[in-house]
Formats: sequence, C-alpha cells, structure tokens
Amino acid sequence: MRLDIRWPIGLMFTAIGALLAVYGAVTLGRPGTAPTGIPVNLYWGLVMLAFGLAMLAGIRKRTTRDG
Amino acid sequence: MTHFTTLTWIDYTVMLVYFGFVISIGFILKRYVHTSTDFFLSGRSIPAWVTGLAFISANLGAQEVIGMGASGAKYGIATCHFYWVGAIPAMVFVGVLMMPFYYGSRARSVPEYLKLRFDEKTRGFNAISFATMTVFSSGISLYAMGKLLNLLVGWSFDTSILIAAGIVLVYTFLGGLGSAIYNEVLQFFLIVFGFAPLAFLGLRDVGGWSGLQERLASVATANGFAPGAYTESWSHMGHAASNPVGVEWFGLVMGLGFVLSFGYWCTDFLVVQRAMAANSMSAARRTPLIAAFPKMLMPFIVIVPGMLALVVGPQAQPPRDLGAAEARVETAALAADLAVSRQPSAVRAQEPVIERTRGVIPPKLDPATGEPMRDERGRLVLDYDLATPMMLVRFFPAGLLGLGLTALMASFMSGMAGNVTAFNTVWTYDIYQSYIRPGKDDKHYLGMGRIATVFGVAISLAAAYVAASFNNIMDLLQLVFAFVNAPLFATFALGMFWKRATGHGAFTGLLSGTLAAAVHHGLTLPAGAVAGSIKGGYFGVLQTFPSELAQTFWTAIVAWTTCFVVTIAVSLLTKPRPDEEMKGLVYALTPIQKDAGEPWHRRPAALGAVVLVAALVLNVIFW
Repeated sequence: MRLDIRWPIGLMFTAIGALLAVYGAVTLGRPGTAPTGIPVNLYWGLVMLAFGLAMLAGIRKRTTRDG
Repeated sequence: MTHFTTLTWIDYTVMLVYFGFVISIGFILKRYVHTSTDFFLSGRSIPAWVTGLAFISANLGAQEVIGMGASGAKYGIATCHFYWVGAIPAMVFVGVLMMPFYYGSRARSVPEYLKLRFDEKTRGFNAISFATMTVFSSGISLYAMGKLLNLLVGWSFDTSILIAAGIVLVYTFLGGLGSAIYNEVLQFFLIVFGFAPLAFLGLRDVGGWSGLQERLASVATANGFAPGAYTESWSHMGHAASNPVGVEWFGLVMGLGFVLSFGYWCTDFLVVQRAMAANSMSAARRTPLIAAFPKMLMPFIVIVPGMLALVVGPQAQPPRDLGAAEARVETAALAADLAVSRQPSAVRAQEPVIERTRGVIPPKLDPATGEPMRDERGRLVLDYDLATPMMLVRFFPAGLLGLGLTALMASFMSGMAGNVTAFNTVWTYDIYQSYIRPGKDDKHYLGMGRIATVFGVAISLAAAYVAASFNNIMDLLQLVFAFVNAPLFATFALGMFWKRATGHGAFTGLLSGTLAAAVHHGLTLPAGAVAGSIKGGYFGVLQTFPSELAQTFWTAIVAWTTCFVVTIAVSLLTKPRPDEEMKGLVYALTPIQKDAGEPWHRRPAALGAVVLVAALVLNVIFW
C-alpha cells in the first residue's frame, strides 16, 4: 500500500495552521497585524488547523474500519 | 528597483514548512519507483479524487493565478468564460467520451495513442512539438515568477528561479509522476487556502458583491460600456464593441469554448497524463469530472481578486510605525504615486487623480527607462499582472502574506512539475525509445526518464534566461505553439469517432491546420496594433479584429476547420486501415463501458451531466 496522501496534507495544514494561529494570538492587537480590522492570522490559522486535523482523523477512521 | 513589501520570519517559516513537505514527499515516494511505468505513469495506482485534484492543479500554474487575476481586472466577470465555457464542457467530454480510448488503448502517452491509431509521422509531429512546448512554457512561467518575486519582495531573480526549479527537480526526479501528483494535491489545497481569504477580505472591504457591482459600474461607464459590463458575463456579448473582452458570443463559444478548450483539455498530455495514472478505467474517466467541480468554483478565488483590485481603496490607516514588521504596508497606491511623481510635473498636473491608477493596480513601467508607460491618449497603462499580487500586499498581514506567497510559489511549482513530468514521458517513450534507442530493457528507460527530468528542468532554466533577455523570442514561440495546437482537436475527434480517418489524412490535416493558423494570423490584425509585428498582419491586413482575443479565437476556428476538412478529404483518398488493427482505438470498434450497476457518482455519464447542469446554473446566475 502506498503512502496515504492525507498524511502529508493533514500534517502540513496542522503545522501551518497552528503556526499562524499562535502567531496571530500572540500578536493580537499590534499595529499592522489586521489591515482590514479582522485578526486574520488567528482565524484563518484555526480554520487551517481544523482542516489538517480533519484530514488526519479521516486516516484513523479508515484504518480502524479496515482492520 | 524598489519592491512593494518585505517579508518577516513568520512568512519565511510558513514557506520553509511547505518546502519541507514537498521534498519529503519526493523522498518517501522514491521507494515505490522500480519500473519506468512507476516513474512515468505512477504504476496506474492512484484513486480518482487524487488524480482529479492533480488534474486541475497541474493546470493551475502561476500563469493561471496571475493571468486570470489580470484578466479579471481587464475584462471583469466575463473572464469566467475561460472556466464555464472554456473548460467545463471539454472536461466532461474528455472524461465521458475520450478517456476510454486513452486509458483503454494501453498507450502510455497522448502521442503514443496517435501512433497506435494513425501512424509514426503523426506521432512524431505531435511528440516533438509537445516536448518543445512544455519545456519552453515552464521556462516562461519560471521567468514570470522570478520577475514577480523580485518586484514584490525584492528577492534576486536568480535565487528565486533556482530555488523553485531546484525543489521541483528534487521531487520529480525522485518520485516521478506519483510524487508530482501527490504534491499537486497538496499544492491545490495550499492555493485554495492561500487565496480564498483574499476574495473574502476584499469583498468585505467594498461592501460585498453588490458593493463591487456598484463600484465596477462606474469603471464600466468611464470606459464607455454599459454599467453592468464588468459584472455580467453574457448580457453584453451581443457585439464585440459592447464588452471589455472585445469578442462577440459566436467567436467566444466556437473559438474559446469549442476549438481552444477542447484542443487543450482533450489532447494535452500535461492534463491527460494525470487521468492515465488512475487505478482503473472508471477512475480515469471520473478524473476530469471530479476536477470540474473545483474548476468551476476557481473564478471566485482567482478572478474576483483581480476585479477587486480595480476598485479597492488604499490602506485605510497608514501605519505610523514603519518598523521591520510593518514596513510592508507601503501600499500599492503609495508606490504607484511614487512612480508617477518621477514624471515631469507638467504631465502630472494635467492628469486628474482618477487617471493615475485604478484601485491598487500600479502603472506598467517602461523596462528601458523605468518611467510609467502611457497609451496614445496619454493615459497610464496599468500593469494588470500585478492585480492579484498587489491585493495580497494590500490585504494580508505578516504571516498570511507568507501563506499567500507560498501559495503563489506552489501554483508555479505545480505547473512546472506538470510540464516536466509530461516532458520526460514524451521524450523517453515517444522520442528516445522510438527513434534513438529502441529495444533496451526497462531499467534503461527508467534511467533515461530521470536524466530527461534533469534535462527538462535545465532547459526550462535556460528558457527563463532567454525570456529575460529577448522577450520577443518567447512571444514568437508562444505564437507558433498556438498555431500547432489550434487544429489538434480535429485530429483526435476524427481519430476516435470516425474509423475511416487515415494516418496520411491526420498528418496532412494537422500540417495544413497549422499553416492555416499562421496564414490567418498573418492576414489579420487586432485593433491598435502595428501591421507586420508579432501581433499579425505580416502578409497584409485583410481584416481588423476589435481585440487580440477575438483574433486568437478566429485564428483557432480557421485552423480547426481547415484540419477537419483536409483530414476528411485526404482520408477518403487514401487506403483505410483494417478494422481489426483499430480495436479499442475507435468508437465504433470498442465495446461500450458498462457502469449501470454503480451509484450515480461513480458513473461518468451521470457525473458529467451533474457537472454540466452546475456550470449552466453558474452561467445563469452571473448572466
């Protein structure tokens, strides 16, 4: 069996999502971090983190079902 | 040259994480590559949703992201025709009707199908033109990316293109097509996540879709069109003069929707190769259909930011602290003002503010003098290619900006990897194995595939430098490729659906179609261009088109028709091939695929119908 593609996708988005979310949380309120008034790093980081975790959860589910 | 923004450590970290993952995929997938089939066709082992996303991602190069943003700013919502008319119907056609012959014929490439169906010379013509085209187009996009990164963030041209090409080389060299496909799926998600916030934040800034319509209405009337010309895709297509595209509906539907679109999606090995890597006939047929769903939604991510770039205002609150992290907010508008202020003051005084720039799109600078360029009426020429990048700079703070630029590089890499993997396959199977060293063992061809990968990347790099020093040579090459491509779909359609078509017919048809394209282009001219230049009219001017696109579409229509007619005529005059040689290659001699027992979403015809209805609905909504 090949590498399940959801591994790299899940891991990469978990990593980048967590990175941006933490950075967004730490820099919250600093000038220049929200050019549109929305703390986008924090919010979009959380969205990507959720997407990455969902991908990883998909692998677990299939593995349990198969075996 | 000054640049528009500066990156910080967080941007670089996002980029490095991405680089780390793409290279790791190459190393991990190397273990699965033992034969040339593993390397060139990924062992035909990949599920449909993965090949489907790779199918669209290989096409989603940087030129697509940048170019469609630019067109969004130039033509407005009508740019969606490149998707809803110029891609979706052809994607359904290739999946439902053509894939049985590509996948079922045991051909390993599109030129090889031509060899099985027609003859050696038809394959040779297609293989050589395709191989040349892929390396040069990846060189052109390499050049575009290097120039863009230099302008945006001040990286050196050499470093940018060497790093990007180096990473693509590593993962395609190690893991072959499988590695390219896996990375394309990763890149697809990255492009979506990197660009989606742009449309959202931009729309929010202008007051939603209705706000965008309102603001673009004033741009439309200022340019002499009806108020809805930039936000309605079909309403103004009655006459070429009434829409910013400069094309009427017939030229659009036939030229773009039929000839160019089917010629690309149904015959270009770059995309077809992804479907050929699928793990079953059914998966191969569903590949383009699965790809069609994200493809038809792509305009919201790549075209809308371009439209927004025309009308968004500059930064609301210019930051006072221009420290390291905040220095980025030197906005496009400010930079554009700077560019204009280098003009002699007399010129500046005559120009009303609205004439200086539009939204965040800066003026195009003359490469020789560094001064902003002006058209014959003295108005600034805008650099539309910067529409999307400027939106990134305008709306993304540090962090998200790193993600956006990484997405831009990912789009570039997926396009380049697509070109390189298609090149090494056609080179190894259709040129090297056929004409240079036939009859060697499989290991030999696997080795050749790896060498061809290095070679392909090296030529791309060389082409990027050629493009940097002689822009006209590249324009000329692209023109020649367009001539070669325009008639292709006639050859494939006749080959697959008319068993009487012969090799001599196909070859003469292709040649005369290509010639017809050159002659038509040489006898016509888009409005405002100089006769005898690369824009056309070098044999004299019989007709003037309202725009370059109209000329392109009509050139394609002429080429296709010529190829179609000549192929039929010559086929009827030459000896037909016996039926038994063409089993599995022609519609009439191939058993129909049975999929009646499957659920609808696994049946290509049903899935295709859903795709077409969805595309129709989108056309109606944005009519």
